[in-house]
Amino acid sequence: MSTLTGTGTLLRLAWRRDRVLIPVSLLALTALSVGSAQATIALYPTDAEARAGLSGVLANPSVVAMYGPIGAENRDALSVFKTVLMGAVFVGLLAYAVVRRHTRVEEEVGRLELVGAAVVGRRAPLTAAMTLATAAVVGAGALSTVGLVAVGLDPLGSVALGVAWVVAGLAMVGVTAVAAQLTTSARACAGIALGVLGVMFLLRAVGDTAGGSASVLSWASPLGWSSRVAAYGDNRLWVLGPALVLTGALVALAFSLLDRRDVGSGLISPRPGPDRARDGLGTPLGLVGRLARPAALGWLTAFVVLGVVLGGLVASVADMASDPAIVDMLTKLGGSAGTITDIYLSTELAFVAVAAAAAGISVALRLASEERAGRGEPVLATATSRRSWLGAHTLYAVALPVVLLLAIGLAVAVTAHGQGEAPGLVPMLGASLARVPAVLVLVAIAVLAAAAVPTHASAIAWGALAVAFGLGELGATVGLPQWLIDVSPFAHVPPLPGGDFTPASTLVLCAVAAVTTGLAFAAYRVRDAA
Amino acid sequence: MDSVIETQDLRKTFGSTVALDGLALTVAEGEVHGFLGPNGSGKSTTVRILLGLMRADSGQARLFGRDAWTDATDLHRRVAYVPGDVALWPNLTGGETIDVLARLRGGLDERRRRDLVERFELDPTKKARSYSKGNRQKVALVAALASDAPLLILDEPTSGLDPLMERVFQDELHAARSRGHSALLSSHILSEVERACDRVSIVRSGRIVESGSLTELRHLSRSTVHAIVRTPAAQDISTWPGVEDVHVGESGTDIRLAVDAAHVGEAVSRLDRLGLVTLTCEPASLEDLFLAHYGTESATGATTPSSEDAQVR
Repeated sequence: MSTLTGTGTLLRLAWRRDRVLIPVSLLALTALSVGSAQATIALYPTDAEARAGLSGVLANPSVVAMYGPIGAENRDALSVFKTVLMGAVFVGLLAYAVVRRHTRVEEEVGRLELVGAAVVGRRAPLTAAMTLATAAVVGAGALSTVGLVAVGLDPLGSVALGVAWVVAGLAMVGVTAVAAQLTTSARACAGIALGVLGVMFLLRAVGDTAGGSASVLSWASPLGWSSRVAAYGDNRLWVLGPALVLTGALVALAFSLLDRRDVGSGLISPRPGPDRARDGLGTPLGLVGRLARPAALGWLTAFVVLGVVLGGLVASVADMASDPAIVDMLTKLGGSAGTITDIYLSTELAFVAVAAAAAGISVALRLASEERAGRGEPVLATATSRRSWLGAHTLYAVALPVVLLLAIGLAVAVTAHGQGEAPGLVPMLGASLARVPAVLVLVAIAVLAAAAVPTHASAIAWGALAVAFGLGELGATVGLPQWLIDVSPFAHVPPLPGGDFTPASTLVLCAVAAVTTGLAFAAYRVRDAA
Repeated sequence: MDSVIETQDLRKTFGSTVALDGLALTVAEGEVHGFLGPNGSGKSTTVRILLGLMRADSGQARLFGRDAWTDATDLHRRVAYVPGDVALWPNLTGGETIDVLARLRGGLDERRRRDLVERFELDPTKKARSYSKGNRQKVALVAALASDAPLLILDEPTSGLDPLMERVFQDELHAARSRGHSALLSSHILSEVERACDRVSIVRSGRIVESGSLTELRHLSRSTVHAIVRTPAAQDISTWPGVEDVHVGESGTDIRLAVDAAHVGEAVSRLDRLGLVTLTCEPASLEDLFLAHYGTESATGATTPSSEDAQVR
């Protein structure tokens, strides 16, 4: 039996399990690049117009840090400016997800042992996982290339964009394959692979913005290579060469590690933890806080980074004001009060509020997921009352979005300080807090769903958020009637900073949230725990 | 003696399925009470009603004389629970989990916690994600047994333990009883119940069909007699009063039979008249009792046990 026996069967099995994940991801990635390119071309049909409209924004260092340097100052390059690097990151994430799912995750839950006992070669599972991931990566690049050519972009440049994505995707196939050999837990594998992706992103962010000799750092990161392909500019397709060499080396390393270890083991053994619980952990509040902590810290980091980026863009906003189309779009999305900077921040905060609501909802839904996993029952069998167990979840679900909104308000105010028409700290924090009542209505719906109908809680809570977002934030853009838009809590948020605070609607939102939460407590008290 | 658990006419239906159909269970203070029945007979539903996790449609469930549903939180300070399928928080260590569960209940005995961790050979510094089923079960057992709760409710607590650890569990259960604590041990491992329990209740289709001490229950059932005699019996042995299931060897001197408790003496003296060489007389095992209620029942899915540790699926 060769070490690859059974690869074909495993590949078909993996494809069968991913037949939704991969096609949907590829379509979403293509929609991202083609959609944004099409929108830009519609706004700026010629190179000159594109340069005039966008190059000011694109010179901003925080934009370059986020999206990478522009490939060339022409219409096509500008139209894919935001999607080269972002798309490369997403393709990398897809590659990571596919490889990890079919290797370390399978091994941790013990299914790989079942497979390994059948007629399957030692290297077959990893080979199948990497083959499927590579196919997904190449598919993403190819589909996007076809789509971009179809909307009228330069064919060679479109191929180069595909190559830029494939470069990042292949690197992550190799990185994840190695990470899967190192650790025993799928979570630690995720930590290593995503950590490497983060470092690659940071290296090139520093390299791209620092200039001079530091720009060498961009060449140390496969994500930097994606930008250096310079799609629609120099079109350096040869960058694929070093990417293949790197991926080949990583794959060889992964195989040699695999050959040296037992099924189920890793090179790094898991660190032992504390043998006693700290004092704070023995209460419902302490326990829920501990369980929700990793996700909460992730959200907080993301919000602070986003706040810094949004704040950094304030200076460039005034430049955009010269374009009436953008002003028109911003007013539709965010309201018309105040200066263009206020409108910009108000618009961004409207989207940020949706993310904050999502964070709160995910904490509230822990109540239901703990119960379904069988971990709620042992807690309720202790002297923990239902009220305090639900209360602990509710408290964190409410507190997290409030903290996140304050953090992003602070980050924006500090970063934007002294730039353009930036609002001060107090108006910015006020604008953040103005979003809280609407967010809490959605959190309260999630709390009620988790308390009353745990099996359907996810669908109800995320459905409510999707409807509220669709009606409240996008309803005006697509011309829905006002009464329908008003169903969304987000439609009643005052357009701060710059606009008028509306105490009445704020109070109504708070009351709705409070009553919904009260219903949750009443429902949770009387139902059977499942 | 006061009862620590008392249910009367407990009824619970899920849709069209009747889970409990007038269940009446009593556990006296200081006793270890076996709660026997195959899966789907209503054991876990009863346990969850006793813990106030579910509300009965009708009937009463009382712990320490108080209502299991309305006084649940307060009662739980005096109750330690071990579920059959223990789910733990994957990123907490075993040691942390023991402390969390015990503290949520109201504290634990430090010295006993140390001893139990050692006796169960549990590594408390490992993350729960890497524990096997048996180790997860140990975590829940240590958390429950290290507490000073006077009532243990154990729902198939040894399903993942190896025989050595099962023995440790038996010892610790015995020690808890010596401290004056009571326990309800829901199980389908008959040998475990036989070894650990003072009294037994057998549940079938949501009702208690048999309840009492093992001696009492045995009295209701037939003993097995195996005798080797000198002269074959002249008459048909199966016509003897109270005797059934007679098997006679080819020589006619090797006799096996089952006899009900009231006629054991008479059967033995009749055998004696045939010139006894050897005689063994065994009271009914729990397995026999159990099979008497379930063995013929195909609808409940009861199966023929193949070993002493008959597991009814």
